[in-house]
Order: sequence, then C-alpha cells, then structure tokens
Amino acid sequence: MPRQLEGSRAVAEAVALCRPEVICAYPISPQTHIVENLSQLVKSGELAPCEYVNVESEFAAMSVAIGASATGARAYTATASQGLLYMTEALYNASGLGLPIVMTVANRAIGAPINIWNDHSDSMSQRDSGWIQLYAETNQEALDLHIQAFRLAEQLSTPVMVCMDGFILTHAVERVEMPTQEQVDAFLPPFEPRQLLDPDEPISIGAMVGPEAFMEVKYLAHAKQMHALELIPAIAADFNDAFARESGGLIRCYQAEDADTIVVALGSVLGTIKDTVDELREQGLKIGVVGITSFRPFPLEQVRAALGAAKRVVVLEKALAVGIGGIVSMNVRMALSGIHVHGYTVIAGLGGRPITKASLLGLFTEAAADRLQPLTFLDMDWDVVNRELERMGSSRASGPHAENILRELGTVAAGPV
Amino acid sequence: MKAPAIRFYQTGSFAVGNRLLDPEQRSVQSGEERTNSITCGHRACQGCGEALGARYALDAAMRATGGQMIAANATGCLEVFSTPYPETSWRIPWIHSLFGNAPSVSTGIAAALRAKGREDVRVVGQGGDGGTVDIGMACLSGMFERNDDVLYICYDNEAYMNTGVQRSGSTPPAARTATTQAVGPEPGNVFGQGKSAPLIAMAHEIPYVATATVAELRDLEAKVQTAMEIRGARYLHVFVPCPLGWGSASKDTIRIARLAKESGIFPVFEARDGVLTGVSKIRRQVPVEDYLRPQKRFAHLFKPEPRTDVIARIQAGADRNIRRFGLLGDASPAPILSAAATADTAAAREARA
Amino acid sequence: MFEVRIHGRGGQGVVTAAEMLSLAAFDEGRYAQAFPSFGSERMGAPVVAFCRIDDHEIRTREPVMEPDFLIVQDPTLLHQVDVFGGLKPDGYILINSAKSFDDLGLGEFVQDFRHDRLLTVPASDIAREYTGRAVANAALLGGFAALAGLISLDAVAHAIRERFECAVAEGNVAAAQAAHAWVTDELWELSGATSA
Repeated sequence: MPRQLEGSRAVAEAVALCRPEVICAYPISPQTHIVENLSQLVKSGELAPCEYVNVESEFAAMSVAIGASATGARAYTATASQGLLYMTEALYNASGLGLPIVMTVANRAIGAPINIWNDHSDSMSQRDSGWIQLYAETNQEALDLHIQAFRLAEQLSTPVMVCMDGFILTHAVERVEMPTQEQVDAFLPPFEPRQLLDPDEPISIGAMVGPEAFMEVKYLAHAKQMHALELIPAIAADFNDAFARESGGLIRCYQAEDADTIVVALGSVLGTIKDTVDELREQGLKIGVVGITSFRPFPLEQVRAALGAAKRVVVLEKALAVGIGGIVSMNVRMALSGIHVHGYTVIAGLGGRPITKASLLGLFTEAAADRLQPLTFLDMDWDVVNRELERMGSSRASGPHAENILRELGTVAAGPV
Repeated sequence: MKAPAIRFYQTGSFAVGNRLLDPEQRSVQSGEERTNSITCGHRACQGCGEALGARYALDAAMRATGGQMIAANATGCLEVFSTPYPETSWRIPWIHSLFGNAPSVSTGIAAALRAKGREDVRVVGQGGDGGTVDIGMACLSGMFERNDDVLYICYDNEAYMNTGVQRSGSTPPAARTATTQAVGPEPGNVFGQGKSAPLIAMAHEIPYVATATVAELRDLEAKVQTAMEIRGARYLHVFVPCPLGWGSASKDTIRIARLAKESGIFPVFEARDGVLTGVSKIRRQVPVEDYLRPQKRFAHLFKPEPRTDVIARIQAGADRNIRRFGLLGDASPAPILSAAATADTAAAREARA
Repeated sequence: MFEVRIHGRGGQGVVTAAEMLSLAAFDEGRYAQAFPSFGSERMGAPVVAFCRIDDHEIRTREPVMEPDFLIVQDPTLLHQVDVFGGLKPDGYILINSAKSFDDLGLGEFVQDFRHDRLLTVPASDIAREYTGRAVANAALLGGFAALAGLISLDAVAHAIRERFECAVAEGNVAAAQAAHAWVTDELWELSGATSA
C-alpha cells in the first residue's frame, strides 16, 4: 500500500510492525518525530504489548535497552549527534555483551559548534563501537532497513544502527510502501535470545575478563561482523522475495560497470548524485556511482570489485576526520589496496550545508579531468576562513571562532552600536 | 510483616542465637533452604561489610520473592569480587553492565518483564556508593522519578574502594582517602561536602526508603522483606564498613557498624512517600570518638596530637543527626523541611564554615 | 519535475503547506517530495519549505534552487529575505497579500517575468473569513491549484481533510475553494485585459 508519509512516521510505523517490547527514548533533534510517533502508538494501545520508557538521558536510554534485551525483550531506541556520544560507553557495552538492540541514528553534526543539521559525524564517530551500521538512501530504504535490522541483529546477537539523514530524510514527506503486519511477522520471527536473565536458569552476564581471554571475546564481535557480510545480502535477498523490492544489501552500483570515474557516497546524497551523473552521462562522461549501505562491516571485497577497474574514485563524504581528512576514503583506500586508482576525497555537507547538483556538476567535471586536489572541501568559503586565521595570527585574545565568523556573515549583531 | 522484637539475653555481645527464637523469627541466613544468592568462593577481603550485607539482603529478597528475581549490579567491589573470570559466585540471574547505569539497566529489566506479563519476577539493582551516589545519580533519580518497580540497594563503604580508596560523594568529613589525604591544615576529606542519598530518595517521594547496617542483620532482612511487599521505586542504603579502605581490623566490621549507629553518625530509619515513618533508636549512645578510633582513616585525628576541634565538629554532626531523626529516647524527629529544622541547618552551616 | 518553494514564518504552517501539496500530488497518482529547511522550533523566524512533483521517483535531495512556483505566505519577508532567488523565467509567483505587485514595491522586479503567472491573493483575509484564523496556508494551496493548473482543487481539498481534524478541515477547504475562485477570476480578468 503506497502512502505519503514523513520519514520519521514511516520509520516509527515500521518499527512498530516489528513488535518491539521495550522502547526507551530521549528526545533530540532531528529524531523527535520518530519517538513521538512511537509513544503515540504505544499509549493508544495500537502497539502492544510494549513498554515505552521516558528516560532521563541517552546514556539511560541505551542502558534501559541493555537491561531489556538481556531479559529477552526486543528493544529499540533512537538518537542523534550529542545523544549518540552521551551513550558511547553503553554502545560498547551493548555490542560487547552481544545484545541485539536496534537503534535509529538520525544523522546530525556533532558540536562544538552546536549544530542540529545533517552530516555523518555522529555515526562515523562510533564506527568502531562493534555496532553494525547501515545507511539508508531513501525513506523507503530507511523503513525497510529497520525490519531487516531486527532480523540481522537477532540472528547474530549483535546490535545494529540504522542511519538516516536528519531532516533531509526524517522530515521529508514522500511516497513509501508500508508493509502489512502479516508480511513483517512472516519475515521477522519472535526474538530467541542467545542469553537470558531467567530465574529458572540463572546465569551471570557481564563478567570481568582479563588478559587471558579478552582478545578472544573481543574477536567474537569481529567474527560476527564478518558473518554479517554474508548475512546482510542474504537478508536483503529474502526481503526482496517477501516485499518485492531491492533494499539494503552491502553496496549498490549505478552506471558503474564501464565508468572511468566512480563517485562513492553514503545516504541520501546518493539521490542528488545520481541525477548529476545522469546529466553528465548525457554529455558523454563515463561516470558512475557506488552507494555503500553497510558501512560496518565494511564490504572490502565488494567495494574492491566495484571500483577496481575505474581510473579514478571520488569519495564524497559528510564527515571529517580532523587531522587527517576523509573517513570513508580511508576505508575505501583499504579496499583498493594494491590497485592503482586516483583517489579524491571530497568533504561536503558538513553541518547541513546543502549539496547542490550545480556544485556536483562542477566537482565531477573537475574530477574527471583529474583537476581535483586529493582533499577538497566542497563549497567552502575560504575568504571567511582566511580572515579568521588572520585574526588569530594578529591577536592572542581573538575570541571564539564561531561568533567571529557569524558576526562577519551578518548573522549576529555587527558590533557595538 | 513487622520485624520481630527480640530481647537480648547474652552478655558481652549483642549476638542473638537463632536457637533462642521460634522458627519464624529466625533469620533467613540461618535457614538451610536459603538461596546463597552470592555463594562462597568469591574474592572479597576478610571482613568485607559489603559481602556480608549483600548476602543477607539478596537471600532475604529471594525468599520474599519466592526465588523470582533478577539482579543488576554496578561496577565496583561487589561485581569484581563476585565474578573473577571464569567463575561466578552468583546463583541468581545477574547482569553487570556499566558503572553508572545499574538503575537504568534495572528499569530495562523491569520494563521487559512487564511487557512479557511476568511482573511476578522482581528486580533488584545494586551498587556501591560511588556507582549510586556519584556516577549513577542521574540514572537513579530517573528510576525514582518514573517510580519504576525496582528495589535499589546501595552498599555504602564511603569511598571508591575497588580502585584504591578514592573519595566519593559519600566520604565523611575528615576521612583519609587516596584523594583526600591526611596532610595540610585540613587533613582528610573537607567539611561541608557530601550528600545523603537516602534523603535524596525521600525527596523523590518514592514508596519506600530505608537505611540499615550490617550490625543489625535481621533489621536488614526485614527491610528487604518490607521492600519486596511494595511495588514501585524503593531504595535501601546499607552501611558497610570496609576493613581495607577504613584501616580497621577485619574482626571489627560489625562492631564498627554498630558504633556508627550508636553514636548517631549513621541514622537508621524508614520512610514512605517522602515521610519518615520510623527510626531505630540508639540503645546506648557512645561518643563519636569510640567510632573513629578503630579506623586508621581517622588516625590523624589522634596522632601525632589529638585534633579535638575536628572530633568536636564530627560530634556536632552526629548530634545533629540525633536531633533531626529523633534517635534518642522518646524524642521525635524534627520535621526535616520545617522551620524547626532551620535552626539545625543554620548550625550546620556554621559548623561547615 | 515541477518545483515549488514556499516562504513564510514559523507558526504560519509553511511546512504543513508543503506537506499538503505533496499529499495532493500523491492523491492524483504522482510522486511528490516535501521537506523543510529549518531547525529549532521558533515562532516568527523565516521558514522555507519545498515541494517537488513528478511522474516518477524523485531522487534529488538538494533544496529547490530554481523553483517553478513561489508561494510567499508572509509579505513582510519580501524585502528582508531573497524569496525570489533562482525563480525560472517562466515561473509563477503567488503572494499572500491584498495589495498588487506594484503596491508591494515589486513592480520593477516582475517586469522580466510572465505577467499572467504573477498574482497576489488576500489569503489571510479569506482564511479568516472561513476558519476564523488568519492561517493562510490552505487557502494559498487553493490559489496554487488555480494558478499552476497542475493539481486539482479536489486533490487539495482531499489533502486538507487528511491533514486536519474534521471541523478545522472543512473551514480550510472552504477557504481553499474561495481562494481558488478568486485566482481563477483574476486570471480571467488578466487574459481579458491582455487580449484586447
């Protein structure tokens, strides 16, 4: 049944169809509509049996999910940005304990400076937390991935985060196909925990493990993610059989087979990139796209196979590894180890700066002509940056960067009256 | 169930033999059918107050719940000495997650049980003073505020013991710890700091708050029993001496706990919905000095020369507790939030200055 | 693909307008994408919302840079924010105002655009008449339907009824119908005037 829904609403309904038993949520932009919708579904009795816990912080949210999951309940939460960071300790705890929690991350920039708009710095900062990371390209894929995520998480006993671009997807109203309860029930069996807090069969979960065994326990988390490399495409294939559409999987190629230049990206920007690529193809440029859906585990083999024959690869990413450059780029580089390919990193869209087709047209044209620097910051206002650097150079007490720049841009009152 | 009134017949000690009592009055621990929730073989220090308190509390909880119980534990001594890899001394379902989240994990367990229609299974969250009063305070407050159906037990040995005896929000004034050393003009922990987790719990007006010590173990068992008869958020704060951290003899653990109560240092009371409902009176008051002397963490108050000024301040604190909670004789407690208490607060502020 | 950009202030229902427009397009079997460009909840701050309409899946996610149709819900924005940026040469403008383009100080500006595609409509007044509140978004969509000819008034009415509770919906539907009629009359007059 096609419906016209806000992305957050679509995700909330999809999560509800998965019959979660405990939802624990702390509000943070831009995830709020998801948890508000779920709270309404629980309170009205539409989603039952389900306990909705209004927690006092994101750290509490993940902790409640840990307790619930260890007690055999299907547990779900959602967060973004600062909230994800606040629960970092608990993220590692959940993955280390092997609890199949599913969480939505409504991708948003991390401060300082505080910013509520979209980029990938939040989930990227937790790429090594042991959580599986799936990135949705559209709201359809966002809702689909949650259904796949519960099955994946529970089969592996490992937590999964579904990443969807904050505001761009969460707050966009578009057409989606919403599955029926019967379809989801057939696809997602009831949760069968690998470990369970049960008075009838007492066990201890969370022992301290010393040097004699830590490496082995830790390796198991990695082994599960290696297994996920097989499981993710298998689940996507099953999903296609059950719901008649392609969704999920490890990577998705578009016009990439014969491409000299391939653009790699994650999330919603792939849509804009595809439109741009179509236009450039019409102009005769042999350019294609590889979208990465599963960032953790990182599909080294598949990325290598998809990019290996290209002359150049442009990795367009919405996060910055301060002090070195691109995060996705480094992962892609690893996949291309031993293969000679021109690699370009483009940092774009940080803090919600729009990525326009016009800018991409210029960027890809430059890339195809090998006129790009190894590291590019798309649509950066270098004048503003240089002026601030000058200020810093000329005075020790130059003031907070953000305020200086905003004042210059006229966003803050220009100065003393 | 009202705690049985027991008369003491033996001289020289306060030990009460179970053989003098009717079977229903005997302690849980004395029964063969006790759970041994935390069984022998754990690695606690000789004389560990926490191990003693946890054993009594959890076996009482298991009896009260018919064995239908799940426990969540914060990081700390109890968690570490009870689960040295690859062994565990827990005979009940037990989870350790993080340092600061035991109350939230407990909330999660309770929510899962509710969703599954298994509210017959009860939840106990537990941790030391560090994990409860400091790093776990936000999660604890959240659990209280939501009135989640969890009994949280804090075993208070007044410092971060497992990491080497560092000061916590529960460390008393003048106590030596690794981060409040006995040097300088004000040796040991400073006056004017610290928080009362039981009073904070009362401020949340949760159904049941109680304090107890390992000197009155039946009282501890009875309070756990009472707590398990109630639904909603409940808090139990247990005073547990630590021979290692306090520098006391391992044989003195119970005695020191008794001295803490009898001096007024540690008030023993119960409260419901934010109102004090009962206190355990001081039987024979002792000066705080009797309590401080056996503990090396207060040794600097006696040598090289006696710090009578500091001891007097500690005594003033104990006296304030006695007045506030009505711990002596027929005295009733001063209403904590009333004008009558103002005089006390002013005096306390002066004492802090 | 037809791209619409709506300008207004927080609290005026600009985001809802874009959403309803997308619902109307969906009702008629089209693909539509509506999204806001804003952040924290704050009454009175300038808000922009976008709606794209097409006959196949819409992939792009950039803001609408070159709108086919501009709706200006709050005329106080006209000389404060660049509401007209990127408007296509044969684009439409619909401004919520009882004044003419000249009276709004835009006479010179609109000379380069198609005269029969630029209209003002007193949508707030119409809204107040039919709903008791000066929330003009639904009325403006009625005007949009008449001016763009892309979506039917029926679809707009359907979208309004989906989005709002019964009593509120009916008032807004009536306002949309009234604005639709108003714009239709204006267009007829314009065509009459130019054909002479």
